[in-house]
Order: sequence, then C-alpha cells, then structure tokens
Amino acid sequence: MSGARPDGEFRTEELLAEVMSRLIGDARHVAVGAQSPIPAAAALLARRRGGGRPWVSILESRTHNFFTDGGRELFDCAGQGRLDVFFLSGGQIDGEANINLVSVGDYRKPKVRFSGSFGSAYLYFVVPRVILFRLEHSRRALVEKVDFISAPGTSSQNVYRPGGPIALVTPLCLFAFDREKKRFRLQSVHPGHSVEEVIENTGFDFDRPAQLPQTPAPSAETLRLLREVVAPELADAYPRFAASVFGIPTQRRSGNGEAAIRNP
Amino acid sequence: MATIAGSLEEALAPIADGCMLLVPRGNAGVAMAATRALVRRGAKRLNLVAVPTSGIQADLLIGSGCVESIEAAGVSLGELGPAPRFAAAVRAGEILVKDTTCPALHAALQASEKGVPFLPLRGLLGSDLVKYRPDWRVIDNPFANHDPIVLLPAIKPDVALFHAPMADAAGNVWIGATRELMTMAHAARATVVTVETLHEQNLLDDPVLAAGTLAGFYVEKVAIAPRGAWPLALPGHYARDEAHLAEYARLAASAEGFARYLDLYVHERRAA
Repeated sequence: MSGARPDGEFRTEELLAEVMSRLIGDARHVAVGAQSPIPAAAALLARRRGGGRPWVSILESRTHNFFTDGGRELFDCAGQGRLDVFFLSGGQIDGEANINLVSVGDYRKPKVRFSGSFGSAYLYFVVPRVILFRLEHSRRALVEKVDFISAPGTSSQNVYRPGGPIALVTPLCLFAFDREKKRFRLQSVHPGHSVEEVIENTGFDFDRPAQLPQTPAPSAETLRLLREVVAPELADAYPRFAASVFGIPTQRRSGNGEAAIRNP
Repeated sequence: MATIAGSLEEALAPIADGCMLLVPRGNAGVAMAATRALVRRGAKRLNLVAVPTSGIQADLLIGSGCVESIEAAGVSLGELGPAPRFAAAVRAGEILVKDTTCPALHAALQASEKGVPFLPLRGLLGSDLVKYRPDWRVIDNPFANHDPIVLLPAIKPDVALFHAPMADAAGNVWIGATRELMTMAHAARATVVTVETLHEQNLLDDPVLAAGTLAGFYVEKVAIAPRGAWPLALPGHYARDEAHLAEYARLAASAEGFARYLDLYVHERRAA
C-alpha cells in the first residue's frame, strides 16, 4: 500500500514518473498513448503541479481525455502543432533513437513479434518533444541498430519534421538526445546505480560528461501527490498498474482529500 | 434501410468468408458476442482491418483460423501483454500482416468516406512501414519544392462491425462521442451493429441524441446483444472484465489453452 513505505523511500516507477514530469516542462498539451502507465502518471503529476496546465489526453482513459471527434482527433491535433509532448517506447531502441515496435529477426518470419507501431511513425515527426522510455535497460532492448524501424530518430533536411526525440528514460538513467549529432548523451544516473552499470547494459555508444550528476530523488511532496492524488486518477486507464504500484483497488475511481482536477 | 435481425447469426450474414471486415479498438464498442458467433460459424479468410488497433477480438479470430490478413497499427492485450495467438501466427507465417500506423488507418478510411482515391499523410518517411507497404506511394508535394509526402490509398471495407449502446426500429444507431464508428460506417459498403437495447423513439427526433447518431441509411443489420462487448468495456455502460481477460491471456498463451478457452466460452455459450 502507498502509505506503508517509510519516509523518503520510493519505487522506481515513482522516480521515473518524476523524471518524465520534469521533462514535460512548460507545455500546453501532453498526450499519452497505449501501454504507458508511467508517462500517464508523469502527465497527471505535471498537470497537478501546474494547477490544471497542461491539458492531458490519456488515450485509454475516459476521464482524462477530451476528444469528441473519434480516434483521429489526437493525430489531427498533432499534425496542426496542437500537441507538445508525447511518449514512445520500443521493443528495441537504438543509438540514433530509431524505435522498433514491430519485430526481431526477419520481418516476414520474425523470432519475436511485438504489438505494432501504433501512432509512432507519425507522432515522432510532428510532436516537438517526444520522450522515449524503456523499462528494460539491457543490451537486447537498447541496441546498436534496430531490426525494424517503426519510426526513425532523425530525418534528412527536406523531410517535414517539426518533432522528434528529446530524451530517453530507463530504470538506470536519463539520456538526452542530440538531433544534430544523432547521439544520446548521458544526463544523470538514478540513485543506487552507476555509470559502469549503464555502460555494461547499453548496446549503443553514447556521450557522457566527465562529472556525472545523480538523478534527484523525488521530494516528499512529489511522492505524496503521486500516491494520494495521481494514483487514483490513473486507475481508469491503467487499473493493474495502479493496483500493483500504488495499491489502488481496481474499482476505486477518485482520490480522497483533494478535489479532482480535470481538463478545464 | 436497416433491419432488426431476428438473431445474431442472421445479422452476421453480410460478413461473408473472404470479406474485408472493419473493427474498432478495444474501448470503442467491440462486438465480442458477434465475434464469438463468427468463430462458431467457422468464418474463413477474413481480411481484418482494425481501427486502428485490436486486442482479444483479433486474437480470438486469428487463433480460431478465421483470418487471412490483418491490417492494424497494433495488436495487443494492453496491460495484460502481447496478443499471444496473433504473435504465434505471425512467427509461424500463418497470416499476412499489413503493419501501419494509427493516423494512416484513419486517413485511409476518410479517403473512402470522401470517395477520393487517396489522402496524404505526414510522417512515415524513413520508417520500414513504407518499405513493406507497396500499396503506399511517396510523391513530391506538388504545392512545394523538395517536400516528399506519403499517399495512402483509400481503404474500402466490405463490412464494418461494432457494438453500440442502442438503436431504434429504423436502424439508427446511437454511438455518442465514439466518432470513429461513424467514419467506419461511412467507409464500409455495409455496416452490421449489435446493440444493448432498442430505443423506443426515433433517435433522430431528439436533437441531443441525433448529434451522436449514425443514420440507419448506412446500416445493413442490427441485432440485439445485451452485454455484447463482454469481456471488453462498453464505456458508460460496463467496464472491462479484468478477471476474464486475465484468464484469456493465461489460456491463450498456448495452443492447448486456447482450445480450452474456446470450449469454455465460445463453443458452449456461457452467460456473461
């Protein structure tokens, strides 16, 4: 249960939600797609801290989703530049920020088949700040070159591309992405982990500063917001995540103590 | 004009073997009772098109040998993990997958809705999706210089199939804010809908309801199927049956377990 942890202790999911929430920065509209419970927590945390800004669209939620024109509305919004931040993951992510949501091995007869590219092949191009996340930090997940490019990390000059990746968040560290150099740069290593561990478990080359900071731990107030306010809000889109990470019963729908914030 | 079918099986008659069948994403009103009826009927060679993703519906049809090809931006059981029969069929080379991305499906259906041969879409360039989609074209934007853009041919489905809260005797169907169902029905040659209940008045007579109503003009057949989206949600009416979906994920992980699931929940009907 959320209240049972001693002061200052936090789960990796909570740290990652805090890191992603900071990466959202100042935005008018943040959207969260399929299978993205930690990004959803980050977006709801950012909205709570911002007193209702940014607008948050969680695709799998009924409550935190303002779309009334069907599934296309998110993509039309994004195409117009009305979406500032989105989150993408991949079965494989490579050193040039190419992502693979399709398969490993031969495409027509793969060794592993993932779910599919979802909106990535479009949103990666048109959303200015895409935050990548991968919850398995290993050499099979973070590879030198992906087997299938669902969406490329960078494009040539003549391709219409106002958007692209800004960062990659894993359970070990935070990377920033440099679109000019087409390379990741290690920004910080999470508490309890080391640069050596990151190097050992990363399949691609990356830049790193001589002095590497540690990712700040979430504050007591952040943890309170996540556990008491954000967690219940997550339950309609991600009931299993809300239950396993925060101990929210699956039928519970609203928080206690603080009034619910919805999009205005 | 739509007709209210006497039975689910009768309503599904337009879904012929070999047809292109259009189905919605998991929380948009998936006709699961109808899907089980298609499995019982032994439907064959369906060319499934998901708008834009699918889960247990596609997995069930694929595992039952009903599917020849699937066009989708994603097939998964969401929080419960990969769609196991889909993944197994792809690894075995048993079905043709036309991988795509969500807005490409929406745009290709809008092309069909407008009666135009294609629509352009941003993004996509440099994605391997384009490499494996010979039906897509890259052209230079004729209104600019050196601006490549992808053209997507209209998707023209034979039948759209979904589940909705209510219909009336004229075959008008209330879909609320789930507007992609409107696009699906406009794009498909015929639309088959299952509903929770029949509404006694004409839905188009009430301006509030009319705004969320698909006219019976587009609808071929309506069948009444209470809890017809189970074990998926019908938003605003009932939630996903998480325990059942977890049982599906567990059983469908193996071919034997999947056969057991069919025996338990599909071949011998069991109350939801």
